[in-house]
Amino acid sequence: MSKFSKGKKKPQPAISTASLPDIVFMLLFFFMVVTKLRDSELMVKVATPFATQLTKLEDKSLVNYLYIGRPVEKYKATYGTKPRLQLGDKFSDVNEIPIFLERFRVKIPEAQRSKITTSIRADGKITMGIVQDVKTELRKANQLKINYSAKKRPE
Amino acid sequence: MSNEINAGSMADIAFLLLIFFLVTTTIAEDKGITVKLPPWSEEDPDVTKLKSRNVFAVLVNAQNDLLVRGEPMDITMLREKTKEFIVNPTKREDLSERPTKAIITLKNDRGTNYETYVSVYNELKAAYDELWDEMCLRKYGVKYSEDLPLAWRKSIKDEIPMVLSEAEPTNFGEEK
Repeated sequence: MSKFSKGKKKPQPAISTASLPDIVFMLLFFFMVVTKLRDSELMVKVATPFATQLTKLEDKSLVNYLYIGRPVEKYKATYGTKPRLQLGDKFSDVNEIPIFLERFRVKIPEAQRSKITTSIRADGKITMGIVQDVKTELRKANQLKINYSAKKRPE
Repeated sequence: MSNEINAGSMADIAFLLLIFFLVTTTIAEDKGITVKLPPWSEEDPDVTKLKSRNVFAVLVNAQNDLLVRGEPMDITMLREKTKEFIVNPTKREDLSERPTKAIITLKNDRGTNYETYVSVYNELKAAYDELWDEMCLRKYGVKYSEDLPLAWRKSIKDEIPMVLSEAEPTNFGEEK
């Protein structure tokens, strides 16, 4: 007499997949929370330099981005190869920075405005000239908290 | 005859959404060197009344060469030299009197490579970070971090304040 009777074979019930959508939705929400929508197409090539003394930008809603780099292949004909500044989704002149910052600032509650950080995402292979102009403009606009975006240097 | 709506394709729809989000978003590696810029003022800061022994002048030219206190230096040496200058462990006459009096000035050309500039800035910041770490370990037994109590951080920054001033760059090597 065996415990496992080989008698009447019950039909195997199919594995229920009813919870699969829930699992996938959970994954979906996780990704929606941790990632950031690609807000603008990059028109300049940005390969940030390496560094070791990095700090993490905590609150992403309080960060605005300035991109500096050489125009990508498809804009080379119109904009040349000199490093350029990209604000939002278009090439901009350095003197458009104050209005760009102001537009960002009005969306932030007043109590948090002092915590706004400007992240300078600049290509490692550009010269300091344009970065310097941007810095001067930021100082004039009284946006003093900045972050030079960089990657962790591999060991 | 069952009246249930078939939910079998729900998973497919959810997967589709998930893949859509995976494609359109970026897990941004938002890290970098945080810097506090000095407020804008029309006149240049006056450095003439500083004693020269308290000033650690770093110049990066358009050829990406480093000139530290009038002498060429390799970037690999910069961190150690900076630390030595700030702390002055052997009480040398030509290094800073006290860490509180030490001032680092950084000057670059407009033609300096951004990469070089960042790595120089990184080394200078690293020098301070390491000094803070050492001091914090000595005083409180833990490494320095932004999560420490404010009073601890303040006591350390009071003893070794980070003073890094950046001069207006010279116009050499600007890209035409």
